[in-house]
Amino acid sequence: MSAEQKSGAEMLIRALKDQGVDVIFGYPGGAVLPIYDALFQQNDIQHILVRQEGGAVHAAEGYARSTGKVGVVLVTSGPGATNAVTGLTDALMDSIPIVCLTGQVPTHLIGNDAFQEADTTGITRPCTKHNYLVKAVADLPRTVHEAFYVARSGRPGPVVIDLPKDVVQAKTDHYIGPEEVKHRSYRPQTKAEDSKIAEAVEMIAKAKRPIVYAGGGVINAGPKASELLTRFVRQLGVPCTNTLMGLGAYPGSDPQFLGMLGMHGTYEANLAMYNCDVMINIGARFDDRVTGRLDEFSPRSKKIHVDIDASSINKNVMVDLAIVGDAGSVLEDMLAAWNARKLQLDQKALKAWWQKIDEWRACDCLKFEQKGQEIKPQHAIKRLYELTRDRSPFITTEVGQHQMWAAQYFKFEKPNHWMTSGGLGTMGYGMPAAMGVQRAHPDALVIDVAGEASILMNIQELSCIAQYNLPVKVFIVNNQWMGMVRQWQELLHGGRYSESYTASLPDFVKLAESFHAVGIRCEKADELDDKIMEMIETPRPVVFDCAVTKDENCFPMIPSGAAHYEMLLGPDDKAGKPISEEGMVLV
Amino acid sequence: MANHKDQAIESRTIAVLVDNEPGVLARVIGLFSGRGYNIESLTVTEIDPRQRFSRITIVTSGTPQILEQIKAQLDRLVPVHRVSDLSLDGPSVERELALVKVAGTGEKRVESLRIADIFRARVVDSSHDHFVFEMTGKSEKLDVFIDLMQPLGLVDVSRTGVVAISRGPQGL
Repeated sequence: MSAEQKSGAEMLIRALKDQGVDVIFGYPGGAVLPIYDALFQQNDIQHILVRQEGGAVHAAEGYARSTGKVGVVLVTSGPGATNAVTGLTDALMDSIPIVCLTGQVPTHLIGNDAFQEADTTGITRPCTKHNYLVKAVADLPRTVHEAFYVARSGRPGPVVIDLPKDVVQAKTDHYIGPEEVKHRSYRPQTKAEDSKIAEAVEMIAKAKRPIVYAGGGVINAGPKASELLTRFVRQLGVPCTNTLMGLGAYPGSDPQFLGMLGMHGTYEANLAMYNCDVMINIGARFDDRVTGRLDEFSPRSKKIHVDIDASSINKNVMVDLAIVGDAGSVLEDMLAAWNARKLQLDQKALKAWWQKIDEWRACDCLKFEQKGQEIKPQHAIKRLYELTRDRSPFITTEVGQHQMWAAQYFKFEKPNHWMTSGGLGTMGYGMPAAMGVQRAHPDALVIDVAGEASILMNIQELSCIAQYNLPVKVFIVNNQWMGMVRQWQELLHGGRYSESYTASLPDFVKLAESFHAVGIRCEKADELDDKIMEMIETPRPVVFDCAVTKDENCFPMIPSGAAHYEMLLGPDDKAGKPISEEGMVLV
Repeated sequence: MANHKDQAIESRTIAVLVDNEPGVLARVIGLFSGRGYNIESLTVTEIDPRQRFSRITIVTSGTPQILEQIKAQLDRLVPVHRVSDLSLDGPSVERELALVKVAGTGEKRVESLRIADIFRARVVDSSHDHFVFEMTGKSEKLDVFIDLMQPLGLVDVSRTGVVAISRGPQGL
């Protein structure tokens, strides 16, 4: 190691390179100028200049989710850091590995209400997995390596490193590499106990109506975990459902796949969850969108819960067998244990179970009727899927009806191709996330399925997309309403549509053109396919404004506070089933 | 499957070994306030300056399911080394220290000293018209003592909160 004196900023860049970082999403400002100066003087790490710090975090999330690597963000102190808070919370809820570097006023000014000062570690403490304030330049390299380790290991999450300006300007000759850093206290358990694995396979072997319920934990465990899940489900011949976060963990077009479960999940997935006798939860967290009313959630099943985060177990739903470990490692061990014991499921019972499931499937809960020239939103998204599936596109979404329709009608064959804000439900997530995905996969087809309301929340990032010539496709399902808000107002608030209509929407074609992108407007059903093809074949960023039926609701739906079997299958189903007062309180 | 609403509320004493780094206490307290858990008592101080370990003792209450959540949530905080449920993992000793100031003269003053003697409280400061008693014991004993001082001129109370350690030869 050379004894040459380097600035904290240079040490930071060196540490990032040693962590394999090749891109940072960020926005400069006073407190981070020394870091930007160090970035300027090197060529290994590219900086993508977003247009608002919130966009930087979502872009890093998209990058991380589509690659499995840690996404890196660089923002300045004060407003730079506070603008990042929504993205950090989003990454925490969805377990996305992010390292966010925030500038800070010099150490001697901390606490003095200095210009652009905010208590960043205080503000971000509850919305990060961990955070650091670096007070001495000698601590900087170790802190960076620790932060990457914390962000990506165990249940991944965002980590903030707050960097006072004097610390990044100070000189040091002290550098340590990633391999020299061992965390003092944080060592998550990834390998499950053998006895638990044995107990699990014995429990599964006795099942007559088993179901695998797999979530984002499988995706986070790496592509091999998805392969193992697929092998496990196929070998046992059992049905499998995925959460919103888990889509792609099991091949979407496989006959054993029941689709997504939960509030807008399929009828067959939810009824199979309700009626199963053994539930094998791998890397999902019994979210309220999945369980519906808790006391009626799969009341007669034995439940096995595999999770790398012990605090996810027995949080909402009490389970019979808790297995703490990495989804991939546990699946590998379960397969080995199953085969070593030569276990077999009761084939007769399994056949009867599949017959039951096929009956539920026959109701074809995602059916809709496309008539005439007015485009149904479901039709638009279904055609988008059918016309792009051969290109194995990366799909991001905003939040609302379009997000649920995308989850319902797209079938993901592989993990890491579906990026959506699941836990936090952040409108404005999709387009910056798509930027990050496109930066990671320059030649891939990357589509943000958007609503006209959500897209306006981070519309400024079209400018970033143009600057880096990222050929992102923004597919706006435009019904002129905040569709999900309108739907809830229709179902729960007597059709009093308070503030859910957006008057004075922009002309999205002109808007696209002003941002150097291509704008396409589609209003007629028989133009849809051609225009989608035109979008796909345009090697530039495209904003596709698809005018759809204004008052379409998203079905199936489990109303809030209802049980899985109380699903509404369509608009005619809602009569005579008033939503309980308890349900009204829920979000 | 029991719904946690039906479970009885229990009180527990939890010991947490943490790195003594900036913000660690805020992390623990933020966890309790953010997730709506109760803190009945919380004490913290460094116990190993060389290794920078601090020990936090928390007395909390909740249903068994919530208490398990609290322990799991504490355990996943990055600077936490160990979490131990002293109420559940075997017998333990719990102590609290109180400093109690009683002001008065005449018969009340004599009576406060007499009761302090019964409770084995020590006088750590006094003048002609006040005493400061130091007393160590279980929290309930401190409660009783303070109650008895109330009519005798109780002026001020300062309590440490509970510290606890397991019985037997094993460490945390």
